[in-house]
Amino acid sequence: MSNKKGRSHLILPDFSQSPCVDKVGVEERVSRFQKRSIKNEAKMQGLKMALNMIDLTTLEGKDTPGKVRQMCYKAQHLHDIHPDLPTVAAVCVYPSMVGVAAKAVAGSGVKVASVSTAFPSGQAPLEVKLMDTKFAVAEGADEIDMVISRGKFLSGEYNFVFDEIAAIKEACGKARLKVILETGELVTLDNVRRASDIAMFAGADFIKTSTGKISPAATMQVTYTMLEAIRDFKLKTGIQIGMKPAGGISNSKLALHNLVMVKETLGEDWLTNEWFRFGASSLANDVLMQIMKAETGVYQSADYFSKD
Amino acid sequence: MERLEVLKTYKIYIGGKFPRTESGRFYSPENQKGQKLGNICLSSRKDVRNSVVAARKAFGGWSERAAFNRGQILYRIAEMLEGRKAQFVEELIFQGATKAQAEKEVNISIDRLIYYAGWCDKYTQVLGSINPVASSHFNFSVHVPQGVVGVIAEQSSSLIGLVSVVAPIIAGGNTCVVIASEKLPLCAITFAEVLNSSDVPGGVVNILTGSPSEMIKPLTTHMDVNGMTYAGNDSEIITQLRESAALNLKRISHYDDNWMDAEAQNLYMISDFQEVKTTWHPIENIGGATSSY
Repeated sequence: MSNKKGRSHLILPDFSQSPCVDKVGVEERVSRFQKRSIKNEAKMQGLKMALNMIDLTTLEGKDTPGKVRQMCYKAQHLHDIHPDLPTVAAVCVYPSMVGVAAKAVAGSGVKVASVSTAFPSGQAPLEVKLMDTKFAVAEGADEIDMVISRGKFLSGEYNFVFDEIAAIKEACGKARLKVILETGELVTLDNVRRASDIAMFAGADFIKTSTGKISPAATMQVTYTMLEAIRDFKLKTGIQIGMKPAGGISNSKLALHNLVMVKETLGEDWLTNEWFRFGASSLANDVLMQIMKAETGVYQSADYFSKD
Repeated sequence: MERLEVLKTYKIYIGGKFPRTESGRFYSPENQKGQKLGNICLSSRKDVRNSVVAARKAFGGWSERAAFNRGQILYRIAEMLEGRKAQFVEELIFQGATKAQAEKEVNISIDRLIYYAGWCDKYTQVLGSINPVASSHFNFSVHVPQGVVGVIAEQSSSLIGLVSVVAPIIAGGNTCVVIASEKLPLCAITFAEVLNSSDVPGGVVNILTGSPSEMIKPLTTHMDVNGMTYAGNDSEIITQLRESAALNLKRISHYDDNWMDAEAQNLYMISDFQEVKTTWHPIENIGGATSSY
């Protein structure tokens, strides 16, 4: 049940006793984050920060090496008309595209993340999931986004879920592990909290809300619940865990609300792409349009930005 | 006990919904007798932005509808307008028209919608062409919608000015963002309710009330607006349109028609909001007698 990456000393709690979440309280708190007024320089700084935290993602059956190369180019050249824009944090692709992506972003500082473990359903035997993961790492993935077995989780087999995450973590080697809870299938915030705790004790470097294939995805309520779990884990163990809301964050306003939430829940330490990411495919263009609007004073059109 | 009348809240129309203005502001225009017409939304530039987003989102679906289906929907708008005639007449009278004028205005509005409903599946045949070219190509031109069109509706009428410009725009497969008459805003919003109950997809027509002077700039400079039209003859507004249009080469048009004239409608109002797409289709060499085209 232990994993070798420095968490073996932790005394495991009884996950069935994970703290309950006050849903009404969470909604109250979340609605406050949406009322902060962020304007002018603060907004611009927030937008650039958000850009630099994006995992630019393409996870479609129709992905081709050409599509992936195009996205990797975009990751490094968001909007060349505008100087001094950051790059995104990473590109996120299927394992079969990792080799292509790694070559395309080599030397740019943009990381390559690969989904694995029979993404998005996770319905495969452990051996297959391990092979999937090892393949992605061998191809050059810096980060692995795994999915948990939601069916097992919902049947109460927490040890199974824990062991699986620990095994994948081992297979990751140096790659950082993001654990996708797929909160849209977990039904309650209590379950989200419990799954977060399991993932963090089992060796996750990041916890991530969703695959993006299921709606609802990264609602602020869910993200907030996970941020609280991260905060409690840090207080208890001293270990810092990253957060990645993914799916449904398609506009700048929502991204800024998320940043406010991170800052006020976890503090400034998390406000870098080392510890916080947005999983999104269309957020980048919306942020770019907001930045150009702020500079030109004119509302922008997607026609003048590269395709997502 | 005397019944207290329930007054209607006139809200704006964006993306098939009736939100209040994002700004939370309102204004209270009055008729000539000094009666308050109501508390009307004083829309802001952010409402303009939201409307353009909604219009852009609706454009794909609307422009790809079968032309015949667009015609059916325009006809449906006319039907619903006919059913709510009394309400429009009442609003027009409240805003200062005589009963006869009001009835005439509503009738012409209905007929105008029917007129453009009929054109929906015919204008491409009439406007399109097969062009003679001196090479081995079958060369033809078709009309395709511009995209999102910004509309500054006639300020001196409440219903007919708006209907006369919006109908040809949507008949041609465009979507639009309309700035309604500032002083006579009631029928614009009631017309939005008609649209909303007529199978017109949300976002195809978006209607904002408030001060045109505040909304014209963000609308005309918006990079995602492909055309602008203005019903009126204020030379300052026309100049402003021309200047802003240069930003992304918007096509602009302006009209100074008397819309109450039953003849103030024609095919070219549809083509004003169309782009011509010409296709060069390679074919076998055409030699006199064996020509197959």
